[in-house]
Amino acid sequence: MSETLTAPSAAATLAEPIIELRGVSKRFSKTLDFAGRIARRLGANLREEVVHAVDGVDLTIRKGEVVGLVGESGCGKSTLGRMVAGIMPASEGTILWRGRDLTSLNAAEAREAKLRTQMIFQDPYASLNPRLKVQEIVGEAPQFHGMAKRGEIESYVDEQLRRAGLDPALKRRYPHQFSGGQRQRIGIARALAVQPEFLVCDEAVAALDVSIQAQILNLFMKLRRELDLTYLFISHDLGVVEHLSDRVVIMYLGRVVEEAPAEEVFRRPNHPYTKALLAEVPRIEARKRAFAGVKGEIPSPLNPPSGCHFHPRCPFAFDRCRIERPALQQVGAGHRSACHLNDAA
Amino acid sequence: MSAPTLEVRNLRTHFFTRAGVVKAVDDVSFTVEAGKVMGLVGESGSGKTVTGFSILGLVDPPGRIAGGQILFKGRDLATLPEAEMRGLRGNRIAMIFQDPMMTLNPVLRIDTQMIETVLAHAKVSREEARQRARDALGQVGIPSPDERLKAYPHQFSGGMRQRVAIAIALLHKPDVIVADEPTTALDVTIQGQILAEAQKLCAQFGTALVWITHDLSVVAGLADDIAVMYAGKVVESGPVTQVLDAPLHPYTLGLIGSVPSRNKRGEPLRQIPGMTPSLLNLPAGCAFRSRCPRAEPGCAEPPPFAEYRPGQHARCIHPHQEAVAA
Ligand SMILES: Nc1ncnc2c1ncn2[C@@H]1O[C@H](COP(=O)(O)OP(=O)(O)OP(=O)(O)O)[C@@H](O)[C@H]1O
Ligand SMILES: Nc1ncnc2c1ncn2[C@@H]1O[C@H](COP(=O)(O)OP(=O)(O)OP(=O)(O)O)[C@@H](O)[C@H]1O
Ligand code: SF4
Ligand code: SF4
Ligand SMILES: [Mg+2]
Ligand SMILES: [Mg+2]
Repeated sequence: MSETLTAPSAAATLAEPIIELRGVSKRFSKTLDFAGRIARRLGANLREEVVHAVDGVDLTIRKGEVVGLVGESGCGKSTLGRMVAGIMPASEGTILWRGRDLTSLNAAEAREAKLRTQMIFQDPYASLNPRLKVQEIVGEAPQFHGMAKRGEIESYVDEQLRRAGLDPALKRRYPHQFSGGQRQRIGIARALAVQPEFLVCDEAVAALDVSIQAQILNLFMKLRRELDLTYLFISHDLGVVEHLSDRVVIMYLGRVVEEAPAEEVFRRPNHPYTKALLAEVPRIEARKRAFAGVKGEIPSPLNPPSGCHFHPRCPFAFDRCRIERPALQQVGAGHRSACHLNDAA
Repeated sequence: MSAPTLEVRNLRTHFFTRAGVVKAVDDVSFTVEAGKVMGLVGESGSGKTVTGFSILGLVDPPGRIAGGQILFKGRDLATLPEAEMRGLRGNRIAMIFQDPMMTLNPVLRIDTQMIETVLAHAKVSREEARQRARDALGQVGIPSPDERLKAYPHQFSGGMRQRVAIAIALLHKPDVIVADEPTTALDVTIQGQILAEAQKLCAQFGTALVWITHDLSVVAGLADDIAVMYAGKVVESGPVTQVLDAPLHPYTLGLIGSVPSRNKRGEPLRQIPGMTPSLLNLPAGCAFRSRCPRAEPGCAEPPPFAEYRPGQHARCIHPHQEAVAA
């Protein structure tokens, strides 16, 4: 166990947790549509399908930390992010905001927690009200919460837009008049405008070209240094995650399968899924290559494989993997992994 | 030789807004041969999506094509009557939209939407259409396609919606696909799956692909040629290897320098200084002037789009012609 690996997050391990998830799950039951409900009442054997989007997740995020969250499409990242941001209740488990159960907060406290935590949404268009001008989208909350004086709201909004790399001259436009990346920056400006302490960024820079992406990521890092902002950074771009995060959490089909300081994950991945993930990162150096399809069946959260969810695709799977769910356990300093292979060693 | 599948010539698409004319696309030219992939990259807001919309005939007022030609196997789509365009769209020419909800109707189940798309251009039974829809979902890596077909778009994750939109575009194996950031929300494994499907389509059916993305590593691995856009114009184009290894235009060079894997972990990322100019009042001359480290007085004149190396063009009077370190 090397000491240097823990160094980047040493401060963070001492800091108080800003959010703690304990055994948090989220299930969506696909409620039957009208025809289905009638059919069932008439005796048809239709069951409601349940998606286990998030399945028993423990996660602690400390003040000032940047936690990267990665995993396959559909594995539950956005769902987890929404629960962390307090905009979606958990089906099971406890979410603690500064040590207190989110569900036990009184109305004023809950509002405060909600304001202090902002989410930048994966789908910028759906999250922007199409009938509001950009200046209203960005200025509404700060004005309501008195973050800018009445007469200064205009210049306040201008500043937020400029910070997110948008020309304030465009503030009287509606969302549909912007390009995809410009809309994403409207979402970023809106989130930052209320001066949050915790930002849940869901693919927040995915639609941006690399230069503007660099500008936004540099802004995030600057805010972190200056205001001690905390981030849960959901991204499938491992280059970005590696660059930015102190700690990386890897999910697979609703569960956390590995968690470690960023350098450690990229240098010494433990879990077979993490290894597979890292092996496939496209590099700008590789030219005109043949891409490979996914090997093996992609498991469905509607009907997840037994035992270790990864076993149908895992090259190392053995009997126990099909039966028993591996627990997350310590494999190094601040490094946890959920794989039965670690018991054999 | 027969005409290339798609040839865009000096395309101009402008929005005539109350605040003024937004020249979203202002002189864009490129050619895509059958079975080839053209990577379209560039600054956010530089006109990539509007270029795609123009090819599909989907620009809404106050926008319109103000000049140029879009030749599909030699026929000019820019002047094609809407009725004829409708026969091609979704059938021979398809677009994967940046925002999957532009393809998907939020109040209809996925199966309804996909089956209708199949039936719109193919004379097959409903059952056959359902089978095709199901197979298409499998191709883009959606597990349990039978159950998933019965779901509504909001019950899908962001990346799954994107994949459904891709599946819909692939249904008719079109001759041209304009894919607008199709894999931005996808993890590397699923992305690999989609890119493999795209390559198969090109090889088997000779589909010409326009792949809009900001992910240079995807372009590097997938595309044959690349066009780089800035403020409504193509500022550099050519074979991928040449453009990425030896970019001519200062903007292309700045873009490549901003890729996180080329920067040191935890340090500020290199970014191009300054801001994207507003398209409403672009300065005369080179639009990159105020941000360009190589600018000189001559850049106040519009730079020509000139061929500096065989097949590699740049819109710059002072390009990087010296060897560039990788
Ligand atoms: N309806 C509209 N009215 C006015 N301007 C518009 C409209 N639609 C797009 N624009 C402008 O046209 C320009 C080009 O937009 P486009 O969507 O093509 O950009 P893009 O290159 O796809 O960017 P991104 O990478 O962010 O998606 C942008 O500056 C945008 O603000
Ligand atoms: N409102 C909902 N109703 C039913 N199922 C849902 C709902 N929201 C999400 N799901 C399901 O939960 C699972 C996890 O979805 P989530 O959006 O959290 O994935 P994700 O990891 O963010 O994926 P992506 O990378 O594609 O955005 C998916 O199988 C999805 O279909
Ligand atoms: S527990 Fe078994 S199946 Fe799961 S990752 Fe480890 S070896 Fe593979
Ligand atoms: S024309 Fe001049 S300002 Fe424009 S990119 Fe070239 S050197 Fe820079
Ligand atoms: Mg998501
Ligand atoms: Mg776009």
